[in-house]
Amino acid sequence: MVRQGGDGRLITILTDALTIAAKDLRNEFKTKQTFSMMAIFAVLVILVFSFAFDPTNNAVKAVIPGLVWVITIFAGILGLNRSFTSELENDCLTGLRSGPIDATSIYLGKVLANFTIVTLVQIISIPVLFILFNYRFTGSYFWFILILFAGTLGFIIVGTFLSALSANAKNSEMLLPVLLLPLLSPLMIAAVQAMRAALENENLENAVSWLQLMSAYDLLFFAACLLLFEFIMEGS
Amino acid sequence: MMIKINNSGPIDRVLFYILVPAFLINLYLIFVWSPVEKVMGDVQKIFYFHVGSAWVAFLAFCVVGFYSVLTLIKPKMERFIYAGISAEIGVLFTTLALLTGMIWGRASWNTWWTWEPRLITTLILWFIYVAYLFVRKMEGSWEKIAKLSSVFGIIGVINVPIVFMATRWWNTKLHPVVFGEGKDQTGGGMEPEMLATMFFSIFTITVLYVFLLRKGAQIEKMREVIKKAKTNIINKIAS
Repeated sequence: MVRQGGDGRLITILTDALTIAAKDLRNEFKTKQTFSMMAIFAVLVILVFSFAFDPTNNAVKAVIPGLVWVITIFAGILGLNRSFTSELENDCLTGLRSGPIDATSIYLGKVLANFTIVTLVQIISIPVLFILFNYRFTGSYFWFILILFAGTLGFIIVGTFLSALSANAKNSEMLLPVLLLPLLSPLMIAAVQAMRAALENENLENAVSWLQLMSAYDLLFFAACLLLFEFIMEGS
Repeated sequence: MMIKINNSGPIDRVLFYILVPAFLINLYLIFVWSPVEKVMGDVQKIFYFHVGSAWVAFLAFCVVGFYSVLTLIKPKMERFIYAGISAEIGVLFTTLALLTGMIWGRASWNTWWTWEPRLITTLILWFIYVAYLFVRKMEGSWEKIAKLSSVFGIIGVINVPIVFMATRWWNTKLHPVVFGEGKDQTGGGMEPEMLATMFFSIFTITVLYVFLLRKGAQIEKMREVIKKAKTNIINKIAS
């Protein structure tokens, strides 16, 4: 499995990852099943929240940063659940593992594919959230997108990893959220706080220091998951 | 039989003979010897159990992380068992720390729960422990579960300090925090008797943890032996 030779190896890992991501995305765009389900579910969550908090009330503006992340996570977990269990049909996962590719490229490819799908869902659901809650965007787009990117990336990094882990269980759909949410808690605290600072366009220093925490989380977990992913593939 | 069971008799006996008198002395120290706190009164006595449980909760989690790394380096049944038993005892002591903390908080801060860094970290620690035990309850060969649960254990251990940092920043709104500052009087003005009692209490509960860990691991090993014997007999009957 291990191919020697510094740079060459890195490039093969990356190209293999791109191939796997492209395979997943092509598969997804052919059926559009997971994506449309996630988008519909995200909008439904917004609908439920609009019943819970009266959108005409001005105080609701305070929960918008939290709602952005709630819909991302709830819809994202739906997609993550399918990410590896869909490979179990026809023993595709065994095929992937026995192929002449590094385990890390499977992980990187899956991260890339999941990240793309969740970002597409966000592109639909976040404007819907702003429209339904009648929210006027006054913050800075740059910081908003940067925070969204860092938070979603961290969510997908840990989520894809745990999705591979929980795919081994029979009740993987139930196991994944139980494993994922406690691990996401520091990222979510930082993401919500940073988003609030960016949306209210005040105290950008606050947003920057929260963004630093998020980047540290992303990097740390990316390294840990990359190192440990091999053991999950061996174990399953 | 691959697994030895009864090679640890003397150590367990020594631990047991330390544990029983230590607990009696500890109860005497807590309820009779140590002074009653001026403001909070008798309620403050719960503090000794609370600190001990919280310490063991974090210690048990570190042990889970330690054995998880060892299991990944070289999978051995014994390491896998120790990690699991430590997590089970950890859930117990985290629950105790949370419950005693809530009772104490109700009495002294007049609220069952506040969103304070240490409380949130302990709560999330509890969730990670429970999730870890769920991973171990997966079906499949123990080698597979050992790998998966160790991976989750390591990720969980990495997460705990980040949770603590994040919650600390969240609550203090980025104001500098002096380490050791807190509401539970561990910082400065504690009577030397109280301090001594606290340390003795921590010692006793740690010994209890080690004792429970060893006993739990032995029971788990016995279970494995019986499982193997059962499959042997079934195979014999079947053939």
